[in-house]
Amino acid sequence: MNRINKTFINKKNILSIYFTAGYPKLHDTISIIKELDNSGVDMIEIGLPFSDPLADGPTIQESSTIALSNGMNTNILFDQIKNLRSITELPIIIMGYLNPIIQYGIEEFCLKCKECEIDGLIVPDLPVDIYYEHYHDLFKNHNLQNMFLITPQTSEKRIRFIDKISNGFIYMVSSYSTTGAQKIFGDETIKYFKRINQMKLRSPLLVGFGISNKETRKVASINSDGVIIGSAYINMLTKHGIRQTKKFINKLKID
Amino acid sequence: MKTHNVNSKGFYGEFGGAFIPEMLYPNVEELRNNYLKISSSKSFKNEFNKLLKDYVGRPTPLYFAKRLSEKYNTRIYLKREDLCHTGAHKINNTIGQILLAKKLGKKRIIAETGAGQHGVATATVCALMGIKCIIYMGEIDIKRQAPNVARMKMLGAEVRPAISGSKTLKDATNEAIRDWINNPVNTHYIIGSVVGPHPYPDMVARFQSVIGEETIDQLQELENKSTPDYVIACVGGGSNAAGLFYPFLDNFDVKIICVEAAGKGIDTGESAATSILGKTGIIHGSKTLLMQSNDGQITEPYSISAGLDYPGIGPMHANLFKSKRGEFISITDQDAMKWGLILSQTEGIIPAIETSHAFAVLDKKKFKPNDIIVFNCSGRGDKDLDTYIEYFKL
Repeated sequence: MNRINKTFINKKNILSIYFTAGYPKLHDTISIIKELDNSGVDMIEIGLPFSDPLADGPTIQESSTIALSNGMNTNILFDQIKNLRSITELPIIIMGYLNPIIQYGIEEFCLKCKECEIDGLIVPDLPVDIYYEHYHDLFKNHNLQNMFLITPQTSEKRIRFIDKISNGFIYMVSSYSTTGAQKIFGDETIKYFKRINQMKLRSPLLVGFGISNKETRKVASINSDGVIIGSAYINMLTKHGIRQTKKFINKLKID
Repeated sequence: MKTHNVNSKGFYGEFGGAFIPEMLYPNVEELRNNYLKISSSKSFKNEFNKLLKDYVGRPTPLYFAKRLSEKYNTRIYLKREDLCHTGAHKINNTIGQILLAKKLGKKRIIAETGAGQHGVATATVCALMGIKCIIYMGEIDIKRQAPNVARMKMLGAEVRPAISGSKTLKDATNEAIRDWINNPVNTHYIIGSVVGPHPYPDMVARFQSVIGEETIDQLQELENKSTPDYVIACVGGGSNAAGLFYPFLDNFDVKIICVEAAGKGIDTGESAATSILGKTGIIHGSKTLLMQSNDGQITEPYSISAGLDYPGIGPMHANLFKSKRGEFISITDQDAMKWGLILSQTEGIIPAIETSHAFAVLDKKKFKPNDIIVFNCSGRGDKDLDTYIEYFKL
């Protein structure tokens, strides 16, 4: 069974951490993965930096710009993670925009992911219908699960469709927003969490965008299977460096 | 029949579509479901046409350029979009979109701008309708284009600097899109060119198609013939070209020429000739030709004219290139500037530098004496005076 599915069966209140590959330094990728693994996170998302990350807020944009100027690219990332499975058994997802993947060659990209034993992809600007028509089989043949986003604006019909074609988890965007840390969630957001939770979807739900601390994690986790934290972790890396990862993760523990 | 127009899924051949994050889906879906219904309704058309006539000053003349025609021994017409209110064709689209936004009940308008022309055209129609207006503009462009920033402010718009990435047009577009993600219900995003996710390329082309439609009627009157032999326009994103070409896309008697900015030269690394230097990819939600690194990072183009330095071209134009329906010619800064002077001194018309690129085709291509050639004289040169002054030491 795929590591992602196994994780949702065996664990509760999942914590998935996102970081941008090539940030703060070009060759920090493996050190960050080791630190996260040691800190007890449940899943890791590696961000492949892009010059024009439309869905991201200022923190991830800035880290992407710096990662690119550090020289990060798709080839270097695959080279860095070629022995990934000697360091961690956690589910690993690559999050990247479509254009760099197209230039690499989508089939070639999937093949490399398979070689590195990547478990899944999040491609925010790959539309659901185009994925389903053109790439569903390709991803499947390379043991790659593709995760889709839903937002407070996504219609019930569309959520049902996304649920039907998802095989990993559904990425629930917490609010009308690009990525970025928030301190608390408003009533509207909590209502939305509950509404989706009550739909009893077959796919597990992870809440992302705006999770920054124990409080936001707790609220999100009550109505879902767990959370994804990106910007808050990047801010931590900027301020305190890789070695403070464990301390950061410990502060997020909610049990 | 094979068409060069958009298909029902929003594609021009292999180009176009809506490659957008899910957060934008409802916004784009709302537009897609409504733009044709609204823009083809009688009340919309009446209001649109009335504003184009009374406010923009349409129809713009189709002017026979006698001296230029004699010099090049052919029949040259200029479609005078430079005479539109605010100085360029851009306002045709902003009038259309502001009316659409009103019908959709939107209370807030956002737009991106590079040199500031589309920003001014957007701020103008927002002032006209009394709607709140926010313009995203690259921090670097704000410094380079101070007069247009001042115009937007006078018109009541808020100009927000885009400080991400390379701090120019593409980043201003990213910022506008992010604003739209954060304000999906009350805001309409007025894109200034035939770029972005479907339905924008088609919607903007339709609003600009008045340029080509008027040309047909005017040629009928002037030449007793409704089709020219050539239509020629400069292409950055491609809206003025799309507007002129629109009625002729599938009429193969009419040859289409797209003029791109070669900047300092195709091989210099400082160019904006996307059809030559670009590869297929995704930019701002559209699959098209765009300038990018081998790793698929979008690169910063260069042209002396700020309106042509967009790293992509509209999907319609990418398809015209790929299918060879359109001929693509690239013109250097130097030749474009030279033509700014030639047009000024031969016809008494000071063109925008973007527009000057199109005319430079006359030195690159031989036309027959009986050929009827229509140039889109897309904008006037007032905004470029500083560049002209510096270049020619005037």
